[in-house]
Amino acid sequence: MSALRERLRISNLPKPARYSLGALGLVFLFLLPNKWFYEYLGIPLGFAYIPLYTTKNDMASVLFICTWIILLSLGLNVVVGYAGLLDLGFFGFFAVGAYVVALLTSPESKLLTEYNWLESPWPWLVAVPIGIALSLLAGVLLGWPTLRLRGDYLAIVTLGFAEMIRIVAKQQDWILNGDRGIPEVGHPPGSVGGEPLFSFDAKPYYWLALCVIILAVFLIRNLVRSRVGRAWVAIREDEDAAELMGVPTFRFKLWAFAIGAAVGGLSGTLWAGQANFVNSTTFSLENSILVLSAVLLGGAGNIAGAILGGFLVIYIPEWLRSVGDVFGLPETVTVGGSTYDISPTSLRFAIFGIVLIVVMIFRPQGLWPNRRRAAEIQHRKKEVAVGE
Amino acid sequence: MNIGELLRSFPELTVTGVTQGAIYALVALGYTLVYGVLRLINFAHSEVFMVGTFAALFTWGLFGLDSNTERPSIGVALLAILAAIVVAAVTSAAVALLIEVTAYRPLRHRNAPPLAFLITAIGASFVLMEVAGSLTVRRPFGVPALLPSKPLFDIGGWAVTPTQVTTVVVAIAMLVGLDYFVQKTRAGRGIRAVAQDPNTAALMGVNKSRVIALVFILGGLMAGVAAVFNDIKTGSTKFNVGFLLGLKAFSAAVLGGIGNLRGAALGGLLLGLIENYASALFGSNWRDFVAFVALIALLMFRPTGLLGESLGRARA
Amino acid sequence: MRVFGGVAAAVLIAGSAAACKADSEDGGSAACGLKIGVFGALSGDNAGLFVPAKNGVDLAISQYNEKNKDCTVELTTFDSQGSPDKAGGLATSASQDTKIVAMIGPGFSGESEVANAIFDQAKLPAITPSATRPSLSTKGWKIFHRGVGNDLSQGPAAARYIKNVMKAEKVYVINDQTAYGAGLTDEAKKVFGAGMIAGEDKTSEKQTDFAGTVTKVKTSGAQVIFYGGYTAEASLFLKQLRAQGWTGTLVGGDGINDTNMLSVTGQKDVEGTIATCPCAPATNAKGTFVADYKKKFSVDPAVYADVAYDLANIFLEGIKDGKSTREDLNTFLGSYNKAGSASGVTYKWEASGELDPAQVVVWAYEAKGGAWVPKQEIPKS
Repeated sequence: MSALRERLRISNLPKPARYSLGALGLVFLFLLPNKWFYEYLGIPLGFAYIPLYTTKNDMASVLFICTWIILLSLGLNVVVGYAGLLDLGFFGFFAVGAYVVALLTSPESKLLTEYNWLESPWPWLVAVPIGIALSLLAGVLLGWPTLRLRGDYLAIVTLGFAEMIRIVAKQQDWILNGDRGIPEVGHPPGSVGGEPLFSFDAKPYYWLALCVIILAVFLIRNLVRSRVGRAWVAIREDEDAAELMGVPTFRFKLWAFAIGAAVGGLSGTLWAGQANFVNSTTFSLENSILVLSAVLLGGAGNIAGAILGGFLVIYIPEWLRSVGDVFGLPETVTVGGSTYDISPTSLRFAIFGIVLIVVMIFRPQGLWPNRRRAAEIQHRKKEVAVGE
Repeated sequence: MNIGELLRSFPELTVTGVTQGAIYALVALGYTLVYGVLRLINFAHSEVFMVGTFAALFTWGLFGLDSNTERPSIGVALLAILAAIVVAAVTSAAVALLIEVTAYRPLRHRNAPPLAFLITAIGASFVLMEVAGSLTVRRPFGVPALLPSKPLFDIGGWAVTPTQVTTVVVAIAMLVGLDYFVQKTRAGRGIRAVAQDPNTAALMGVNKSRVIALVFILGGLMAGVAAVFNDIKTGSTKFNVGFLLGLKAFSAAVLGGIGNLRGAALGGLLLGLIENYASALFGSNWRDFVAFVALIALLMFRPTGLLGESLGRARA
Repeated sequence: MRVFGGVAAAVLIAGSAAACKADSEDGGSAACGLKIGVFGALSGDNAGLFVPAKNGVDLAISQYNEKNKDCTVELTTFDSQGSPDKAGGLATSASQDTKIVAMIGPGFSGESEVANAIFDQAKLPAITPSATRPSLSTKGWKIFHRGVGNDLSQGPAAARYIKNVMKAEKVYVINDQTAYGAGLTDEAKKVFGAGMIAGEDKTSEKQTDFAGTVTKVKTSGAQVIFYGGYTAEASLFLKQLRAQGWTGTLVGGDGINDTNMLSVTGQKDVEGTIATCPCAPATNAKGTFVADYKKKFSVDPAVYADVAYDLANIFLEGIKDGKSTREDLNTFLGSYNKAGSASGVTYKWEASGELDPAQVVVWAYEAKGGAWVPKQEIPKS
């Protein structure tokens, strides 16, 4: 069995087979948001047919949410998975990216209406690099004083950072306009036959985000395989030893933080381009936690794992919305005169929580772990038995 | 900046800040105990607290008290509070133990990496909060009025109510009791031993599983007591009451030095005070902002919190 | 990089037949089996504010189906969790389902910005029971209708009540930093003028400890608080004020005009509290709504439940009349003019989707003996 497995690893396949598999996968992903394609995906189960698409929520929109969460988990994976820094406030960088785009491209932004900094809204494409740059800058500014802290102290500082951004965003009389938000955020450019390509339909955004993800994956992969990546692994495994061996640990940690932040900001700019409306409710702490669970569910330290995790944390709860229809489950039960809502829609996060626990118990390294990292942990197991 | 406001109401801000701090401290102990022994942020602890608030409410229901009933006599009130403390503490401890058994113990058996615990903690938190939300139709519940609102005495012109006095007194009693338990008893010695060096402790015959279970139970007890007083103080409870309070209590634990019991108490107290002063100085909308700024600034100068990690030695 | 191991390959099995597709659309008489959507926060933190509205719609539809067993209407829920970032997909999904001919919602102003733009493209008529941001009616959406007065009608009315009826000299103004709460207080402050405002503070959603704000109110000496926000925070805030011995009057908008405000705060503490409501005193009659609601959901109806119930009944009336397409129903709304049985509001819309200002009367209700008792209509100037 293991021999067969070994032979079927992608990296062991002959090159042409590998490339055609990859191309096939890409074609599949690009076809996915089309209804005529996805509505045939499902599991025939004798008596019933379980559709794999989200019948209660537009599949293309769900896929777009998946893509920006995947981008976020790719960015966070650099920080948590490679450099081993626990970041509980990653959504803060997403907020920076999203707000920069909203402020620069919306005709109702206070930059135009109150402060008169801008004459007219900028195009989305111009705002994106600024958003990424400012997120990166935020990463450096946050990392500079705090990266000397270890482990869980860093976690609370990053969490605090994200909360601080949210509190600033919440102020109605400040530039970010709080809960009232910034409407009419700019969309990406491009038109087909006179109609703008990017408007309400989520499909083009999904395709755009997919291309961005592919680009990001290549960049991160190359980085991880370079000197920088090796330094990160060294820091993750033993910071003191790495420092003694001449790795400038602080600089590389800052690098990881900044790169993660930039990718997070990029995700925010994409999202803002589609959202049309940005307000403070999106940037709650729960979302930071969701992204972190995406990375760890998928398998920290592995790009494929981060992608899988990012996909699942959105897809599972969204798919659960429709599962009640498929099995004909009752929406409510009445016990002792009180009616309780037990529809999968309202319980989907409870179910998702159970999924998280079960997956972690049976695959503590995540669903798709980094083989090398798994081996390291196996190795360490022999040295110290933690807990038990 | 409104310094006048701060000076004008300094005594009352201090009194209410200490009361709030007492509740933070009790919840922070749960985080710090578990962290001290397992090096694990028990994210689900906030829901342990949340369950406690409902257990207390349920107990008062048995007394025939709800938010519309007349204030009972002082004897009945104290009895009801005592009963609620017992029920809430036991319920919370049971939930904490349940979380340990279902979400953490299996992972320890499999030698999971530390971050895996974080995810099961988040999962457990989701489950508890969402189930409670569904059961309570996500609506707030009022808590009966128990202690008289007539002030007992005043400090610098600010009347101190019986609720505030009871909260602080009980919290101090719990803190002292816990400190005594950990420092002086045999079981407490076990906790300290495991916190310092799990393997050597095991070699010396300390039953680690039992110590870990004990730590969760102790944390749950504290959270249950905190839940009762939070109910009384805020006058209501709701399925998501734990989230924000848990976050604050965790910050308090870090502020004092996570893993350090006295640090958690000090951190809770400080956080309660900082929040209240900040809401007078900058407005309540900046309260949490200032609290986080203070926390981050402090960590810059004392990277392991005010009192450092003393329950166990900081593990490199 | 293992790809064939485990379940990965087994997951994607193409379904066999088109017959299995979830929504096979066949023609036939369209008037039966139509769906009414409810769009808003049904889970998550803000669910408490919108679940009552969903229940109101649920009640209306089940009563309708009870009477029309041969031709029923179905309820479809869209749980946005109240956040604009989830609203887009759900709105698209609702638009694509042609059986959905009417929408109650979205619940909040933020998500309305996103969702209504999509509904407008799909010509899906929507009435919100609770989103009160004034600018929503100025976006040119033809499908937008608001079932309540917006911030501009209620905020100033509440302020006039405090100023002219209660004759308060000083008022403390607090909002919860939501679009609703801040909208209310911003408009009210314009009426108060600077001299009357003893102080200002802000609370936030999910907050449970109001010690700082309580202290500030007490030291300011204000005997009236105008609170822009919802029951969840207002009830706790008032309770904590009373616990510290504050004896003044709290005035709020329709966000606190629900039974939870009474039951959570407790009869003794809430006594005398004023809640405004853009609804006529016919509310007092309320028909059998309260009893029916309590019977079905075993809780008291909370804020917006009555409005949502009435709005759903308007759509049901249209469907009963044979209006079976989105366009027909939208036109039907345009010419509607009747009072709702549960809320007492007369529903007559302007072209912009706002309620006819002549119909918007704002009443003050006082908490008295465990109920909201209508006190008086607030004069329009």
